[in-house]
Amino acid sequence: MTVRHPETMRPVDRPPREAQEVHAERSGRVGAGAFRPAQLLESLPEALRKLDPRVQIRNPVMFVVWVGSVVVTVSAVVSPSVFAWLIAVWLWFTVVFANLAEAVAEGRGRAQADALRRTRTDTVARRLRPGGTVEEVPATALRLDDRVVVEAGQTIPGDGEIVDGIATVDESAITGESAPVVRESGGDFSSVTGGTTVLSDRIVVRITTRPGESFVDRMIALVEGAQRQKTPNEIALTILLAALTIVFLLAVVTLQPMAGYSGAQQSLVVLVALLVCLIPTTIGALLSAIGIAGMDRLVQRNVLATSGRAVEAAGDVSTLLLDKTGTITYGNRRATALHALPGVGEAELARLARLSSLADSTPEGRSIVELCASGFGLAPEASAEEARAEFVPFSATTRMSGVDVTGPDGSVESIRKGAVASVLDWLDACGSGDDRARAHIEAVAQEISSRGGTPLACGHVNGFGRQDDQFHSHGGAIELSDVVKPGIAARFAELRTMGIRTVMITGDNPVTARAIAAESGVDDVLAEATPEDKLALIRQEQSGGRLVAMTGDGTNDAPALAQADVGVAMNSGTTAAKEAGNMVDLDSDPTKLIGVVEIGKQMLVTRGALTTFSVANDLAKYFAILPAMFLVIFPQLAALNVMHLATPESAILSAVIFNALIIVALIPLALRGVRFRPMGSDAMLRRNLLVYGLGGVVVPFVGIYLIDLVVRFIPGIG
Amino acid sequence: MGDTAAGLLQLVALLLALAAVWRPLGDWMARVYTSPTHGRGERVIYRLTGIDPDSDQRAGTYAVSILAFSLLGIVVLYLVQRLQGVLGFDQGHGAVDPGVAFNTAISFVTNTNWQSYVPETTMGAVTQMIGLTVQNFVSAAVGMAVAVALIRGFVRSRSGGRIGNAWVDVVRGCTRILLPLAAVVAIVLLALGVVMSLHAGADVVGVDGRASTIALAPAASQEAIKELGTNGGGVFNANSAHPFENPDAVTNWIEIFALLVIPVSLTRTFGRMVGNQRQGVALLGVMATLWGAMLAIIWTAEAHATGPAAVAAGANLEGKEVRFGIPSSALFANSTTSTSTGAVNSLHDSYSAFGGGGTLLNMLFSEMTPGGVGTGLYSILVVAVVAVFLAGLMVGRTPEYLGKKLGRREVTCAVVVVLAMPAVVLLGTGLAIALPSTGGALGNSGPHGLSEVLYAFASAANNNGSAFAGLTVTGPFFQTALGVAMLIGRFLPIVAVLALAGLLARQPRVEPGAGTLATDKPLFSVLVVGTIVLVAAITFLPALALSPIAEGLS
Repeated sequence: MTVRHPETMRPVDRPPREAQEVHAERSGRVGAGAFRPAQLLESLPEALRKLDPRVQIRNPVMFVVWVGSVVVTVSAVVSPSVFAWLIAVWLWFTVVFANLAEAVAEGRGRAQADALRRTRTDTVARRLRPGGTVEEVPATALRLDDRVVVEAGQTIPGDGEIVDGIATVDESAITGESAPVVRESGGDFSSVTGGTTVLSDRIVVRITTRPGESFVDRMIALVEGAQRQKTPNEIALTILLAALTIVFLLAVVTLQPMAGYSGAQQSLVVLVALLVCLIPTTIGALLSAIGIAGMDRLVQRNVLATSGRAVEAAGDVSTLLLDKTGTITYGNRRATALHALPGVGEAELARLARLSSLADSTPEGRSIVELCASGFGLAPEASAEEARAEFVPFSATTRMSGVDVTGPDGSVESIRKGAVASVLDWLDACGSGDDRARAHIEAVAQEISSRGGTPLACGHVNGFGRQDDQFHSHGGAIELSDVVKPGIAARFAELRTMGIRTVMITGDNPVTARAIAAESGVDDVLAEATPEDKLALIRQEQSGGRLVAMTGDGTNDAPALAQADVGVAMNSGTTAAKEAGNMVDLDSDPTKLIGVVEIGKQMLVTRGALTTFSVANDLAKYFAILPAMFLVIFPQLAALNVMHLATPESAILSAVIFNALIIVALIPLALRGVRFRPMGSDAMLRRNLLVYGLGGVVVPFVGIYLIDLVVRFIPGIG
Repeated sequence: MGDTAAGLLQLVALLLALAAVWRPLGDWMARVYTSPTHGRGERVIYRLTGIDPDSDQRAGTYAVSILAFSLLGIVVLYLVQRLQGVLGFDQGHGAVDPGVAFNTAISFVTNTNWQSYVPETTMGAVTQMIGLTVQNFVSAAVGMAVAVALIRGFVRSRSGGRIGNAWVDVVRGCTRILLPLAAVVAIVLLALGVVMSLHAGADVVGVDGRASTIALAPAASQEAIKELGTNGGGVFNANSAHPFENPDAVTNWIEIFALLVIPVSLTRTFGRMVGNQRQGVALLGVMATLWGAMLAIIWTAEAHATGPAAVAAGANLEGKEVRFGIPSSALFANSTTSTSTGAVNSLHDSYSAFGGGGTLLNMLFSEMTPGGVGTGLYSILVVAVVAVFLAGLMVGRTPEYLGKKLGRREVTCAVVVVLAMPAVVLLGTGLAIALPSTGGALGNSGPHGLSEVLYAFASAANNNGSAFAGLTVTGPFFQTALGVAMLIGRFLPIVAVLALAGLLARQPRVEPGAGTLATDKPLFSVLVVGTIVLVAAITFLPALALSPIAEGLS
């Protein structure tokens, strides 16, 4: 699996890593699924296996080619000629190349599936027996509701829920993410996946899936394409292609009496060659590979879709519901400003704030240190002396944290920061209350709150522990606020050009929500959102015929995830959420929803582009084959031989060879998907029509001409 | 004034006149099909026939109504022809031959008006008036009804597949659109010298001193609906080349105008009903582009005399009326084959290879440039559906047209409509040309002979009705095969179109956003033009290579 940039620690709440993520997605875009030419060779045996007519019949277009190959082969045996045999061989190549496209697409998934399968088979489970003793059983023998003990260094034997304990878990086997995550019983982070490894501590897991239905099993089935069903759009396209095939069949079958009337009865070989060249073999051959590759691209981005239908729906999404936290803003509030009391000075407040936060490893604490470093030039690391200070950790009762610094003279400076009321009360308790300062800080705090920020107060007490000679002071307020991820506004602008509306979901009050919305450029806001509100919003959007995508991780998100057309559950989320959604993001990165939409669109564009290309190809093939067929009776048709192909045989053979080779040439494109950039529908249509429509008309003229330059030297052809 | 200048003047006048009428007529037709109130006369009809005019039919019921009505029409028309000797006013023609009656009944009910008989010596006044003329009105009204039903499919949101009332649509098409317009056109034509008579003929003495009888007919009234309803079945064998049907350049111009006016204005009706005029204009652009391009081809081909006779005469006038000349003939020929009219003021069989091939290609475009009344609109809408399906994918969304998603079932209906005609034409032509008996029916050998057969089946399957006259079609094979071709070419698409309308009406209507394919812009028109040309080219190029192309390149 893909290994992402390594990190030292990955706590449950998400660190600023996502800043890089946004940038990575911007430069990387969709696509870039590597294709190695060697894959063609590796997949050849599978391609030959697929020559079985029972496999072929599932693809009406290629089945016609298969039947045509049989017919031409028989006719070449009955009345052998170089021409007939060459046509027969190249028709078989056409079928094999089509199989190859599908085999290569499937092969890419199979390698991943094999790696996954290994994690599953040799795991030993330590099952808790009712008496409390532990027995060792193979993982495959586990049943629903079995309880297993997993300790540091052991592999979790199956999907389940932690019922006791807390542990760090290495999920790299599933996610490719090397940083461990924290899992604990109760709450939204209790689910664990079979095949992952416990790194520390001991947990008891209740198994929640039956054998064979685990997450890994489903993943294997998905990446192998075993459960692949044609998606609605793929079916519609297949119908169109089948109908085209039928009409071409009629055109060719009825051509024979017309040719007979004109005195130019055609051989079976030529008629089959014409038919195969006309029917949309290019798209027919690549259609299923495009679908498999689309799923595969998602898997490469660590997103698992439960069905191709979901991927297709992602392309149609017109409303994205995005959680504010983690998607639009960083997961945690960050210090953005210091408000010193009059007469204190910001530098002094910065000193206090920094000292009180140096040992504070919470994201808020770190952000205060960073702010002091960037805004006031203070050292971001504690000096050796500072490190000796006594850290006072945050507790739920004091709602403060800070530090006690013992000076050279033995005096102690106690600095505290925390909830405004707590810090002010602490200062009051230490000595005389300063009502003016208190009122000022409360006013500033009020103001910060109204902006949507979170105020912290900061103050210090200096002295030798005796109440009377203590000096204490209110330092001021620290403003924490949501910080919008860089680049997110540009991303929303791109989505808007693609016709996608973004709605920010947040538990914040409307004032705060609107402030963030304005900054991030999101189209709409759902503030103070309850799960019911989310569900109602989705229903309302859907009633207007719009498709909605959302991400979620909590159990209370489950109904909305199920209602949304595309529901991406975070892998870190609860089992209920994962069951309700139709995609799981293994990286638990809500920003990825945007990439998922692009992959869905890219898959549809690739289908449309190759269909257009395939149909447009027919024009050149007519110009090659029709003069070749009827030159004998109507020499004037030589005027149509614009490619100046050498002989009728070389013309027909060249067209057939081109028809076969173009399939191989387009396999990389089908697997990678056409280049997709977010742009308006008009611009995108114009571009694709030009490239694949006009290109589809021109390319075969050149290709057939070039092939003819070679085949004309074959004895019996030229 | 030179020939070309006169032709251009007519062309400009025609375009201006159509542009002037487009808006009021289109808006009027939209009102006709959306108004909730019934006229007093209409109420009488509903009461007499026991129709509930306020019931809203599902697609299935709508289709059954249309099919039953048409079947009834065929039976009645067949009986009228067979019994015209009994009914009186038959001008002594007696019962019509069963083969002719079968073919003609189908032909007029399907709006084809293919005539495998000589009207002057076959059809009496009663058959003309209560049989053929009635069908000229109602078959046109049926076409419009189906088109309107399809529009409703796009417009309505979650209607449970209800697409209006077939009986009301047909009645209103007759009473509020066709009858008033036909009355006006008939009076104008009458005033300009078109014959209107119940006498069988007038006895005259010719310049050579020999007495003869010149056939007369109620032509003016027939002529009006013949063109307005894109029917094309003339009361005289020579059709609009006959001086009693089409005496001069002015009536010729009026007839061309009349056969184009409803199909063209229906694009406005469409735009108005879907609430976006530019949607209609985009389709009008497609029609105008192809109509103009084909006119240029036919006109140019005819203006350049080829062959020893034409070169000696200085112009390719064989089969054309001298009083019309080449431009008016080309204009008429292009318009009659690009609508499903099939009336002729010249013999397409005598056209040059490319000129005649042009009229053939017009029909192979599946009659939607602008096509027959109603049929043209629903045909082009279905091609638009196919174009949207292909191109819609290229903008990265499940394709949708006018706010309706195009899925498996919608696409199935659309391809049935698009491919029915090519299948019938190819199979019919292939079968006919393979039969040994066909050789004797051909007026010409070689590529032109094949053109004649291809033209006949294209004309029948597209419900055009014009003929490449060289082919003798009175034998049982052609009477039957062409009759079947007309039936399939008419009713298979109608059933599929109504099924499509029902599927669309069931869906919610989504307001188009920035991410959806814009279907009201020139780029979309280009796309639809491309789709029409490509579908015709890839299905018919082999056949055309052996007929007009081989002939024209020699």
